[in-house]
Amino acid sequence: MMLSSAFARPERTRVYVRRLIDEAYSLGVSSLGIVAVVSLFMGAVITLNTAYQLVSPLISPSVIGSVVSDSTILELAPTICSLVLAGKVGSNIATELGSMRVSEQIDALDVMGVNSIGFLIWPKIMGFIITLPVLIVISMFLSLLGGYTIGNATGIVSGAAFIEGAQSVFRTYTFVFAMIKTFTFAFIISSVSSYQGYYVDGGSIDVGKSATRSVVFSCVLILISDYTLAQLLLLN
Amino acid sequence: MSIKIKNLFKSFGEKEVLKDINVEFEVGKSNMIIGGSGSGKTVLMKCIVGLMEPTSGKIMYDDMDFVSMKGKDKRNLRVNLGMLFQYSALFDSMSVADNVAFPLRMFSTKSPKEIKKRVDFCLDRVNLPDAALLLPDEISGGMKKRVGIARAIALNPKYLFCDEPNSGLDPITAAVIDELIKEITEEFKTTTVINTHDMKSVMDFGDNIIFLKDGVVQWKGTNDELRVSDDEVLNGFVNASQFLDKDHK
Repeated sequence: MMLSSAFARPERTRVYVRRLIDEAYSLGVSSLGIVAVVSLFMGAVITLNTAYQLVSPLISPSVIGSVVSDSTILELAPTICSLVLAGKVGSNIATELGSMRVSEQIDALDVMGVNSIGFLIWPKIMGFIITLPVLIVISMFLSLLGGYTIGNATGIVSGAAFIEGAQSVFRTYTFVFAMIKTFTFAFIISSVSSYQGYYVDGGSIDVGKSATRSVVFSCVLILISDYTLAQLLLLN
Repeated sequence: MSIKIKNLFKSFGEKEVLKDINVEFEVGKSNMIIGGSGSGKTVLMKCIVGLMEPTSGKIMYDDMDFVSMKGKDKRNLRVNLGMLFQYSALFDSMSVADNVAFPLRMFSTKSPKEIKKRVDFCLDRVNLPDAALLLPDEISGGMKKRVGIARAIALNPKYLFCDEPNSGLDPITAAVIDELIKEITEEFKTTTVINTHDMKSVMDFGDNIIFLKDGVVQWKGTNDELRVSDDEVLNGFVNASQFLDKDHK
């Protein structure tokens, strides 16, 4: 019911588009910093872990590049970043909407005749669905950059071997699969958090609880859908 | 442009909060709903403005039943409702001017220039001509109420609802808000419904008064009738409020 109201015809398209731009900025662009930090360290750590597990003269060092590239694109960039953003963006959305609920701002919209679900939630869902894939692509690049830099700096794998390994396993379908996951995760985070925040009943303590619930439910749903999508799209 | 409530009931589970409410709110008058805490005032107002669905009964706006209205008709009617909330409910991410401009941007066909002119008029009307660029966090409680009134009248509503308009305000600011609501009711000929337990406001400018007790209309009448009423429960409530008022003075 919430989603049908969220995607109902807007009262004033121009106002909604303006809100979409604002939300895309506040939910997506402002998350760039945390995504960059997580991604750089993630790539560096996977490179070290892979090197630690594959120490053998029989294995080419370029395999490290292959493992880092495949695991980053297929799983780590979309899933780890989405889990991190479920915390940052999810709690942000739930707290904002919950505060608006308890301070009667949502009631004010309803009394005016504004479709409050559409006005508040649609821009958040669409804004995050638009920006999360961009963040994940940046995360993939930065993760590989982190692995490349650490591999090179520590002498575990040369830059050329890392790139050769990464290129050798790259498949377009892997990237498409990662994007399908990303769209799904973006929808889960934004819609679950919006629901938790919009339907808060009570006071400030309940707003805090709704933020916690939004993060927990989003994380669990991300993991379940991650498994389901892998089962459906990789093995069938 | 009157509002008629007919046989209105509202329950939450087993608990009946409003029981057979039958009242009429007149045009161009300050219609007051009074009663103690838990008497059902807020639930009644929420039903009237459509924030809650009554369990049964009718809410007639100009002979149109608001309860059975759907979709576009309901939205069209809501554009004619202005509401001042107890805690003002200003959108905290928007400036004062944007708060007042919001309903105009959503529902009017005015150009940006006309919207600015209307916003300036509304802010001027509530004596806040210099607050346009401030954020709600940067203004006092009394100023927030006045911005709330400016936002409520931006679209020239036919009906104005005020939920505890002077709660949490000092007596002077409360009197200013009361005076403003009274002036706007007379100036714009709105059907004004005010939810309050401030007896000073009721005595000063309440035209028609409805007294709720335990979800039932215990008494209704005009201001003059209130002063000479022999209803013991009503007099108990009114006198207790005035006694406390004098005691504080």
